Amino acid sequence: MSTANLEEFRQEIRTWIDENLPSELRVGTRKDLPKKLLSQWNKALISRGLVAPEWDTEYGGGGLDRKQAGVVKEELNAVRAPKLRTFGVAMLGPTLLEFGTEEQKREFLPQIARNEVTWCQGYSEPGAGSDLASLQTRAVREGDEYIVTGQKIWTTGADKADWIFCLVRTDPDAPKHEGISFLLFPMKQEGVKVSPLNLIDGSADFSQVFFDGARAKASHLVGPLNGGWTIAKRLLQHERTQDGGSEGGITGAMKDTIFDLVKREVGLDASGTLQDPTIRERLAQQELEQLGLRLTMRRAGEEMRASQTGRDIASLGKYRWANMVKDEQDIAMMAMGAQGLGWSGDGFGADQLERTRAWLTTRADSIWGGTNEVQLNVIAKRVLKIPE
Amino acid sequence: MGLILTEDQLILRDMAKSFFDEKSPVERMRALRDSRDAVGFSRDLWKEMGELGWIGILFPESVGGADMGYGELGVVLGECGRVLAPEPFMSTVLLGGNAILLGGNEPLQKELLPDVCSGNRILSLAFQERGRFAPYAIETKAKRDGDHYTITGRKSFVLDGHVADQIVVAARTAGSSGEREGLSLFVVEADAPGLTIHRDDLVDGRNGAHLVLENVAVDGARVLGTVDAGADVLDAVFNRATVGLCAEMVGSFEEAFERTLEYLKTREQFGVKIGTFQALRHRIANLFAEMEFTRSIVRDAQTAIDEGRNDIAEATSAAKARCSEVAPLIAGEAVQMHGGIGMTDEEEIGLFFKRLKAAELSLGDAIFHRNRFAHLRGY
Repeated sequence: MSTANLEEFRQEIRTWIDENLPSELRVGTRKDLPKKLLSQWNKALISRGLVAPEWDTEYGGGGLDRKQAGVVKEELNAVRAPKLRTFGVAMLGPTLLEFGTEEQKREFLPQIARNEVTWCQGYSEPGAGSDLASLQTRAVREGDEYIVTGQKIWTTGADKADWIFCLVRTDPDAPKHEGISFLLFPMKQEGVKVSPLNLIDGSADFSQVFFDGARAKASHLVGPLNGGWTIAKRLLQHERTQDGGSEGGITGAMKDTIFDLVKREVGLDASGTLQDPTIRERLAQQELEQLGLRLTMRRAGEEMRASQTGRDIASLGKYRWANMVKDEQDIAMMAMGAQGLGWSGDGFGADQLERTRAWLTTRADSIWGGTNEVQLNVIAKRVLKIPE
Repeated sequence: MGLILTEDQLILRDMAKSFFDEKSPVERMRALRDSRDAVGFSRDLWKEMGELGWIGILFPESVGGADMGYGELGVVLGECGRVLAPEPFMSTVLLGGNAILLGGNEPLQKELLPDVCSGNRILSLAFQERGRFAPYAIETKAKRDGDHYTITGRKSFVLDGHVADQIVVAARTAGSSGEREGLSLFVVEADAPGLTIHRDDLVDGRNGAHLVLENVAVDGARVLGTVDAGADVLDAVFNRATVGLCAEMVGSFEEAFERTLEYLKTREQFGVKIGTFQALRHRIANLFAEMEFTRSIVRDAQTAIDEGRNDIAEATSAAKARCSEVAPLIAGEAVQMHGGIGMTDEEEIGLFFKRLKAAELSLGDAIFHRNRFAHLRGY
């Protein structure tokens, strides 16, 4: 698309956003958004095909090219529009587009783009965390079905999900990476039990999932039989790109930026300088890290578009992003002091309580989606190509 | 301008890379140091860079320059950094040249800059009076006397001062040390009566000098910028010189990183390559991440200047804060991972280590620039 046409398209998108996005929602992706307005906005996104702008229209997407999709993303970010980003859109969709059969794409992609079906991800198991490929959940072929037995853990949103994309062992005798398949099946069936896990931050979004004779159609196996590991890794890459690419991380979801919070909690002197020089240093470092991540992600995008030798920065982004969001909450805790130690009660402001929970929640960021240590292993092996 | 090199900049980079690989391997810098060369760099090579148009990248065509920007200069400086070339970009272009370009009137620019661009004139900037970088901590005094000024004081860390033809001297015409107001900049001839220049050898093999000025007379027409408001020029010069220095630093620490990475892949202990040890793999992977972030931030600072953005000071301090934090990290790990051989003068990694320390502390270290960044960001 020519630059002029692209500018025209940008105007079109701007007008559309102005007409459809109420000002109450221009505050980022937050949990306390007015439900009715949010649902209207999500419907508008769906009908304009902007949930999955780059997918073909026949799969329910917006049929846009990469530059147009980039414009959409920029314009939505510029007004801090809440995102409708689901596991289906961010992870399963791209995976199906790459590895799925035509029938699978037609069956699943439009539902995802219309946000009609909620997906969860069946990867980790109690005995397969960082060493994911040692997973034991079995799927045995029986006629035109697979019978699934085993256990998953850390499954986000499993209690609400309609379907699961799941890594299962289909050949127990093969070397561990070569006996895994990628299988889709419904969660609402006998043989699937979900038991939410209470986490240190008081949330219960993660679950343990038990499979005891759960059934999957054989035609819902994605990619080659026993070829699931390649797909699994590819999907993790999408996951890492999403995190590293999400600017500001958890900060974007809060009323106050970390800068507002520290200024308020620590106080400024007459010259407008933070009272505590050490916290000021930490804050500057945090801001520089945010800047570095944002610019590096943008640079990676430019490298890709210009087809210059891009580097695989998905792991790098995930690793630094995780440290960054954790550090942000550490700074908040340091600034709040005892006011950051509240669990509930009127003695603490809502924003203080929210920060404290965020401090706890973000501990997970350097663990899930591949721990920091796993990301560093990946960088050493795949990016820097140091033989093991 | 984006965050990646343009087609033209890629061509320039390839040219510069083959130029320095062929004419200026790291041994050349070592030989200049070991022979205590009278100049400290190669005047011939400098003139060649002048002919190639690299010295004049920043300067307008009217004085023989190429009228390009920090994106292009950064490419050349990065390649200088890779081979530790000691040619006087910092003293003559980034500090002295920029002071004339940003503060000099037209006759002064016409008089001095053409020879700068061709490599026939060496300049420097004398501002520093004590160790830790503090841009307005200047006590050297300039007193008005009719149509000229007389300057008295001492200066240190005047890069390539011993071979400079003119030295821009920052002196106080009003106020007291530490104040931004009351500074003025003067173009002083190296052979001016009352000026003595003492050459100093620096830890990175480069040349500093300390100056003693005793009633050095300078014509009032050789003031840069406005009297008492010299800091306006000085700040702009420091921002630009700092961004240039960052580009050189990126070249140097990328080279140090790559050499260390190669060493991990070849050096054997306990019967295996040391790169198989996870303790080292994780550390070098983290260095890689630091390096990538820093490269992006430095490029953004170049763009800020080239596009005349209003956040040049912020972008500059972001870049130098990162460079000055990452440089000692990478250089320190490079020596550590090389082990005993890294401590020898014979192994080149030590030369990178020393150059990066000098660059880290020059024009403000990480603490200075984080502070300045925080101040500019309103906290």
